[in-house]
Amino acid sequence: MLETINRYILPQVSSTFAADVDALFTFINVTSVIILLGITVAIFYFSIKYRRKSEDDVTPVIRFNTMLEVTWITIPLILVLIVFAWGFRGYIDMRTPPGNAYEVYVTANSFFWQFTYPNGVQTTDELYVPAGRPVKLIMQSRDVIHSFFVPDFRIKQDVLPGRYTTLWFETLTSGEHVIFCTEYCGTGHSAMDGMVYALEPDEFNAWLNEQKELSERELPLAELGRNLYTSQGCAGCHSLDGSVVIGPTFQGLYGAERQFTDGTSRVADEEYLRESIKYPGRVINVGFNNIMPSYEGQLSDDQITAIIEFIKELE
Amino acid sequence: MAAASKDLKIREFPVEENPTEHYLNAGKGLKSWLFTVDHKRIGLMYLASIILFFFVGGMLALALRIELWEPARTFMDADTYNRVFTLHGAIMVFLFIIPSIPAALGNFFLPMMLGAKDVAFPRLNLLSFWIYSIGALFTLYSIAYGGVDTGWTFYTPYSTSTGTAVISMTLGVFIMGFSSILTGINFIVTIHKMRAPGQTWGKLPLFLWSLYATSIIQVLATPNLAITFLLLILESTLGVGIFDPALGGDPVLYQHFFWFYSHPAVYIMIVPAFGIISEVISTFSKKTIFGYWLIALSSLAIAFIGFLVWGHHMFVSGQSELSTVIFSFLTFFVGIPTGIKILNWIATMYKGSIDLKTPMIYALMFLFLFSIGGFTGIMLGALSVNVHLHDTYYVVAHFHYVMMGGTVFAFLAGIHYWWPKMTGKMYNELWAKIASVILFIGFNVTFLPQFVMGSQGMPRRYYSYIEQFQTLHQTSTVGSWILGVGFIIVGIYLAISLFSKNNRASSNPWGARALEWMTTSPPAHHNFNHTPVVLHNPYDFHKPISEFRLGIDGSDGHHSSEDVSTPKEVGDKV
Amino acid sequence: MANQNATHGESHVAHHFVDSEQQLDSSKLGMWLFLVTEVLFFGGLFVAYIVYRAWNPELFYMSAKELSTTLGAINTVVLIGSSLTIALAVRAAQLNQRALLSRYLIVTILLACVFLVIKYFEYTSKFAVGILPGEFYTYEGIDHPGAPIFFSIYYMMTGLHGLHVIIGIGLMVYLVVKARAGTYTAAYYTPVEVTALYWHLVDLIWIFLFPLLYLIE
Repeated sequence: MLETINRYILPQVSSTFAADVDALFTFINVTSVIILLGITVAIFYFSIKYRRKSEDDVTPVIRFNTMLEVTWITIPLILVLIVFAWGFRGYIDMRTPPGNAYEVYVTANSFFWQFTYPNGVQTTDELYVPAGRPVKLIMQSRDVIHSFFVPDFRIKQDVLPGRYTTLWFETLTSGEHVIFCTEYCGTGHSAMDGMVYALEPDEFNAWLNEQKELSERELPLAELGRNLYTSQGCAGCHSLDGSVVIGPTFQGLYGAERQFTDGTSRVADEEYLRESIKYPGRVINVGFNNIMPSYEGQLSDDQITAIIEFIKELE
Repeated sequence: MAAASKDLKIREFPVEENPTEHYLNAGKGLKSWLFTVDHKRIGLMYLASIILFFFVGGMLALALRIELWEPARTFMDADTYNRVFTLHGAIMVFLFIIPSIPAALGNFFLPMMLGAKDVAFPRLNLLSFWIYSIGALFTLYSIAYGGVDTGWTFYTPYSTSTGTAVISMTLGVFIMGFSSILTGINFIVTIHKMRAPGQTWGKLPLFLWSLYATSIIQVLATPNLAITFLLLILESTLGVGIFDPALGGDPVLYQHFFWFYSHPAVYIMIVPAFGIISEVISTFSKKTIFGYWLIALSSLAIAFIGFLVWGHHMFVSGQSELSTVIFSFLTFFVGIPTGIKILNWIATMYKGSIDLKTPMIYALMFLFLFSIGGFTGIMLGALSVNVHLHDTYYVVAHFHYVMMGGTVFAFLAGIHYWWPKMTGKMYNELWAKIASVILFIGFNVTFLPQFVMGSQGMPRRYYSYIEQFQTLHQTSTVGSWILGVGFIIVGIYLAISLFSKNNRASSNPWGARALEWMTTSPPAHHNFNHTPVVLHNPYDFHKPISEFRLGIDGSDGHHSSEDVSTPKEVGDKV
Repeated sequence: MANQNATHGESHVAHHFVDSEQQLDSSKLGMWLFLVTEVLFFGGLFVAYIVYRAWNPELFYMSAKELSTTLGAINTVVLIGSSLTIALAVRAAQLNQRALLSRYLIVTILLACVFLVIKYFEYTSKFAVGILPGEFYTYEGIDHPGAPIFFSIYYMMTGLHGLHVIIGIGLMVYLVVKARAGTYTAAYYTPVEVTALYWHLVDLIWIFLFPLLYLIE
């Protein structure tokens, strides 16, 4: 029966940590329910058995019972020490990555995740990992604090600006798992999700090599721009179909008259687009917030040109 | 003060029923309220303010729940949603729950339970109400100025980079902190120095012990909140860089500073509730409280341990593993004194004469809901499980069970318990019971599903969510409507009771033994028409009530904490 | 917080107190508690100081060199002197010497002003070379990436302390006015006593600030 309940209230078991965390979760739940039932039964039983019969009821004077108090202190103390030791053991496992872990660098941005693999391949919001092998994530934020959470793995770690934090996990099988950002980071916080794809090791290697080749191929400018649009996270805020997500849509952007919050306006030409990518805070479009991070130093001039070419083609 | 106790001429004073003169008609007009130094009127002004803010915060909560009906947009956009949940949190924490029991009920009853005419510094008391109001105005200004979208925790660097009214909001909280500090100082001094003859520490009602522990936390923790928000304001305006990694600072330091106040603040919110429960359970079981000293001292123990566990909010923040483990270990020790209280309350009911009046029903609901809050707290204290549950709806449900199922239900118990004393009117018992059941159902329907959602991994502060969670979110939203209906009923019958004619409350409708019931309902302008003398424990329900109505002629009797323990002196009954 | 006397004419005992002893005891306890909150208020800044000094010991060493130890030392002496004079003022109140009471208070106020004047010159000389808090910092004499941090902490700590000195001056001016009017007697001098407690704390905090900020070896 417990397993049925757990299947309903817990996410699937997909990492080596999950079973132990779930076992402790269940232990605490079962113990709590037993004690809670005891408390509830006592409340009901006393309320009925000792209900007031007359205003002149005389009650006995019972001020203290050492045995009762000592028992009531000792038993919970033992229980919480068990819980502490159990949780401690599990936590230490989570904080100790094995030496042979596969390492991926993670950069958190408002509001997307970037993953950089050892061979230089980059992906956005999609993390590919080899199944059944320890994976260590080395994470940093480019702006505010974010937090990397995969419920199926029972792992979570805040991602800070200005320093690295790490976590590790090992999946049990291949499969897909959702990533959430769990440290509130602004407008797009709830949209800052992603997927982990655990692939069989040979599939994973094939995928990695394929991506490597793709990134090295000479592409037409606009197509390179389209790749950057997804890999640099533009897609998180700027749609291509005219819908408003967090930032203005790219559809029909080029050549359009833009209204700014300071009352000025300007036609979106190449120079405007270049400035908006490098210094997004200089002018703000009416109806939007100043939340885009600067890409100054992040993208080369050639890459910015490619993105502008891509936007121009969307007319 | 040097007067020996044997010099006191103690008499029994019958209590006048339906007094024609009392504190409510001692002065007329708005000025007699706004510039009063009477602790009872100040308490009522606090009560009115916090009820107002509870209403505002509750409306915001309903808006949030409605928005979460659909996985994507229901009726507001993400920026609005973020502002609304921030305001809901900030208003409920800083404007409602922190001042709720201490500043409203505590102000009203602390001097009366001591047998004093007022708190030690009445004008300071009025000042702290005004400071609270000014702080509240800053908060309202922040709303008008565009709102704040940081969450009530104001984490850096988001709070220093977002363009919203963070500065005016934190300034408002900073100002309200001083109100909290001044109230705390006032209460501590009053308890130490203003006790009636014979009112020894061992005879203090447990509500006062809990307020004493609360005041200590307020005095020791709030200055740190003040300096934290001062640093945050300087960071936003001057860019001092203490919390800014770009300038060599550390955002995690902000979290340490913040939780060093805000964790003890959790006990500012819950410990006064323990006091109310002790009073109510003993009175309605008509039985001596079980384990008086353990309940009293466990409040102090909770206050003390509460200062050592702030890091348990930060298990995944990037603090060192060693501190994480230490904080987890210490956290479990808060559970022990809390557990002791639950046992003692239930043991008090054993062989009692239990009368299930509305305050008692709320107290029993408190026991159930707060226990769930406590057990889920143990769950969150367990390191490996916490990593999974941190910042999910599980945490949201947990602290609502503690703060709302705990403090708010205890607050309701207290309001219903002391309503006849405060207003001199009795509410409709049947409607009160109906409302309590509606609130209990609504509360559980709202927050039980959130435990499940959280366990499944639903993060908190999410405007949109994946479809898997929709059923649970909708159940929770329906629960919030039930809660809303419950509170409306409470508001209506309490308001009706004020204006009805034939519901005058007697001076001691519950047969309680504490000092506040030994004066008229509503109380006289200076609380007592005689200086009370305390010979018995406030929970001595086996002694006749006449032995509790003792005092000294005139109003200039000696206040002293010396024990007046020779009952022989009570020879002069009238 | 100690003067509920005003509304009660000749009697300095407020209605809710039994006698003046209870009133004085209450006021003193209240003031001590308030001082505890003050210590904790500064405590937050001391913690920030400790954390950043532990992370950047050499920066703190280099930055402290920029501060004038002489001026800091003079200010320390000035404040300790003012603590003495306010203690003498309390004694004068206890002995019912009204003229002496207001004279000692005025000397204390003057010493507090001397402290602020010296502090003013210290600040302006730093501003002149571009040592300003946080993002306004432009000084290039200290070769360290986190250079603004020390002075941010310096300005916050000394600024908050300076604010307390100014509040203290305000309280003492009020006391002088009241003392001239003959309010304080040997039977009632609670406001003098609690203000003196406050002033000693302000001095005490400076005695910690001086070595922490100026004397880093």
